[in-house]
Formats: sequence, C-alpha cells, structure tokens
Amino acid sequence: MSGAELGLALSVFLACAVEAVEALTIVLAVGSTRSWRSAMSGVGAAILALAAIVGALGPALTSLPIDVLRLAVGGLLLVFGLQWLRKAILRSAGLKAKHDELETYQEESQAALAAGARHTGLDGYSFAIAFKGVLLEGLEVAFIVLTFGANQHRIPLAAAAAGLAVLVVVAAGFAARAPLARAPENTMKFAVGVMLSSFGIFWGAEGAGAQWPGSDAALLAIVPGLLIAANAMAWAIRRSVQQRPVEIEPASADTTEPAASGA
Amino acid sequence: MTRARAILGGVWEFVVGDDWRTAVGVAVALGVTALAAAADVAAWWIMPLAVLAILAASLRRAARGASRRG
Repeated sequence: MSGAELGLALSVFLACAVEAVEALTIVLAVGSTRSWRSAMSGVGAAILALAAIVGALGPALTSLPIDVLRLAVGGLLLVFGLQWLRKAILRSAGLKAKHDELETYQEESQAALAAGARHTGLDGYSFAIAFKGVLLEGLEVAFIVLTFGANQHRIPLAAAAAGLAVLVVVAAGFAARAPLARAPENTMKFAVGVMLSSFGIFWGAEGAGAQWPGSDAALLAIVPGLLIAANAMAWAIRRSVQQRPVEIEPASADTTEPAASGA
Repeated sequence: MTRARAILGGVWEFVVGDDWRTAVGVAVALGVTALAAAADVAAWWIMPLAVLAILAASLRRAARGASRRG
C-alpha cells in the first residue's frame, strides 16, 4: 500500500468513525426508548441509500480526465476540509462548545418518549429518526469516500475503510451499551480536517498544473506542516481568549456538520 | 423551482458552509496556481501559503465575532 493509499484509508476511517459515533448516539436513543427493530430498519435503509449514492456517482467521477478530476476534487476537498479544521481549531481554542454525546443521547431519548404512542408494527418515528440520523451523518462520509477514492481510482479501498470504521464503532457501542461519550471526537475531527485539507492542497495544485518537488513524498511535508500550523493557530486563539471575555458558540450552531449538525 | 432552490441551498451549505470567503479564497488560489504553472513558473508553493492565509483569516473573523458578542 502506497503512502497516498494509506492516507486515503486513514482519512476515510477517521472521518467515518467520527460520524458513526454521532449516528450511533441517535440510533441508541430511539432504539432503547421505542423500537430496536424499527430503528435498525431505518439504519439499513440509510446504508442502502448511501451505497446507491456512492455506486451511482463513483463511476461518473472516475471517468473524468485526471487533471480535471484532481482540480475539482482538490478544490472541493480543500473547501470541505477547511470547514472541519476551522471548527476543530475553534473547539480546541475554547471558542466553540464540544459535541457532548451524553447530552445528545438524553435529548434524543426525551424527544422519542414525547413523540407519542408506539405502534405494534413498524414504528415510523424510530425508523425516520434513525434513517435521517444515519443518512445525514453518512453523507459527509460518502463525499469523502467519493472524492478520495475517485482521485486515486480506489473507491473500493475507501469504502472498505469506511465499513471497518462503522464496524469498530458499532462493536464498541454495543459493548458499552451506551453512547461513546469518551471518544476523542475533537481530536479525530482535527486530524480529519488536516488530512482533507492536505490532500486538497496536493491534488488541487497538481490539477492546476503545479509539479510537487518529490512528487507524492511532498505529502510527508504538507501533512505535518499543516498540523503544526493549525496547532499554533489554536494556541494563539486560546491565549487571546484567556485575556478577554468571549461568547462560546454552541455545538448545535454547526450548520454544515451532519448536513446540519456534525464535523 | 422552490425545491430546486432548496436542493442547491443544501448543497451550498454542505460544501461551502458558513464562511463563503474560504471557498472564494481557495478558488482564487487555484486560479493563481494555474496561471503560474501555465507561465512555467514554479507554482507548488502557492497553495500551501494561500491555505494558511485563508485559514488564519477565517479564524480571525470567528474570533473577532466571538469577542464582539462576549
């Protein structure tokens, strides 16, 4: 496995694990308070929808000329990755509240209990909430699988890394029988933001016609360079926050994460 | 029409998010890189520097906003 393929697998695994932790919280809440069968039906339907999206768009993307693909994918990954990185830095610096899985679990459970009587057959509420939660969290993963996978013509590898992350998170969730509140979500999001942005820089510049010194080995400088710079920015903001009062943006104010709540 | 607008709005929100200036900055940086590469000038250094500047500017705006509200 080449370094770029390892980066692809690691980025997709981490991004998928983060989103799976958030989706698991929602499924656990509706499953344990209303109907496991209906919640799992919603999960299955959402996974089928996501697989259909990747299956339909994957071949279309891989048929594009490589320079056009790299420019488009690099630009998209960079815009998308900088959103993740910006929010992770703001959380790390204390300017944005961190995602609290236990709080989300309690809110979802209360909403599920207040949603009215359960039906004996398929419980529409459990199905719809589980479907929506998994689909919205999974869309970002599908985007990353498609862009990373198409660029290296390794969509199956990206899909396998995503599947492995889901298995690991689901196994951990069922072993704990609780939301994974202790998962280092922001650290993982920080790492995903750095990886997406680094690959975006690399592919975007290549697609625009630039030649990297050392070819693929340039990634070995871009990834740690961006990581160090992002940590330095977080440190600088944290210092300035300590010197004057600020208003912390709530975690729920995220607008692009879970297509309305996540990264 | 309303549905198409909602879908486009959703795609915009999903990809670009709450700081459109970042997307514009990335597009401009890619354009400058393409121009430099077409003129046979070493262009690989443009994107890393541009991204650091774009990220720093975006964080500065967010920090200033929080400080004004606080």
